[in-house]
Amino acid sequence: MSIQPAIAGYALQLGDDALIAAQRLSEWVARAPELEEDVALANIALDLLGQARPLLSYAGEVEGRGRTEDDLAYFRDEREFTNLQITELACGDFGEAIARQLVFSCYQFEMYQRLQSSRDETLAAVAAKAVKEVAYHRDHAAQWTLRLGDGTEESHRRMQAGLTRCWPYVAEIFRPDPLGQELAARGLAVDATQLRPAWGDYIAAVLREATLAWPETIPAPGGGRRGLHTEQLGQLLAEMQYLARCHPGARW
Amino acid sequence: MSRDWPLWEVFVRSRRGLSHIHAGSVHAPDAQMALRNARDLYTRRQEGVSIWVVPSSAITAVSPDEKDPYFASAAGKAYRHPTFYDIPSEVRNL
Repeated sequence: MSIQPAIAGYALQLGDDALIAAQRLSEWVARAPELEEDVALANIALDLLGQARPLLSYAGEVEGRGRTEDDLAYFRDEREFTNLQITELACGDFGEAIARQLVFSCYQFEMYQRLQSSRDETLAAVAAKAVKEVAYHRDHAAQWTLRLGDGTEESHRRMQAGLTRCWPYVAEIFRPDPLGQELAARGLAVDATQLRPAWGDYIAAVLREATLAWPETIPAPGGGRRGLHTEQLGQLLAEMQYLARCHPGARW
Repeated sequence: MSRDWPLWEVFVRSRRGLSHIHAGSVHAPDAQMALRNARDLYTRRQEGVSIWVVPSSAITAVSPDEKDPYFASAAGKAYRHPTFYDIPSEVRNL
């Protein structure tokens, strides 16, 4: 059996993660606590969009049905998206946004770092560029976690609450996925289950220094990789896809 | 929140060998965050290889009222300008 469908599916997973995270994060523009932070979050969102584009293009190319990055971004329905659920959750407050960025960027960092040595040249090239960007995203989230966690009583409470709200969606990130595991066995992809220890070490060190507790929560059912999503993804897609669907072929 | 964030002056060095040049200012809660905000605002298009941030409150400046005593006396002293020798064309950034 050809390996191509698996590669297309895997590129789509990573592309969807980046695309949905970028869309959600860009909601912070003009709502962050300071103009400077608007710009910081917008920069991160743009980096993620920049990762999503080659990944979706590649997924379409390998799939071989002539779908472009735009077709995949704007003309798929909710059940066809394979992003992790943590990327789609509604914004919440700044503490929650930072908690999610910490969890997600640290996962992306570990993943891209290993994907750089993929035998698939396109995936390796995307990863080599993205890992530098994500290292900054992770640092940005960690710096804020330290300041909010070890800041005032109110900032500590909100940061802890933000972690508690996104924590049920952590388990899904590291669950075994057939695509990732099949490709990882051939040196093409990264098996996410292997990332958990390195991810945990980094997060634990940040939380400890920030005087925050590791949240004890019951994992959500997950299933994003199989197209199962929270209702929040539908709302996000409605906004993201509206223009392209109302005016097909619209250009700047 | 914004009223609590101090202002920082940002200096960016565009490449090795040149000096840091004032690029603008940012608000940030502390020096480390000021560096990051400066990176996001002033080096997005590969403008720099090094950034300094300085608390704006640490800068002592000449008051506009004192302009004449400070600067007017340099007028009309052409002999202070290094225009009496040729600069080799290989010397850049002089």
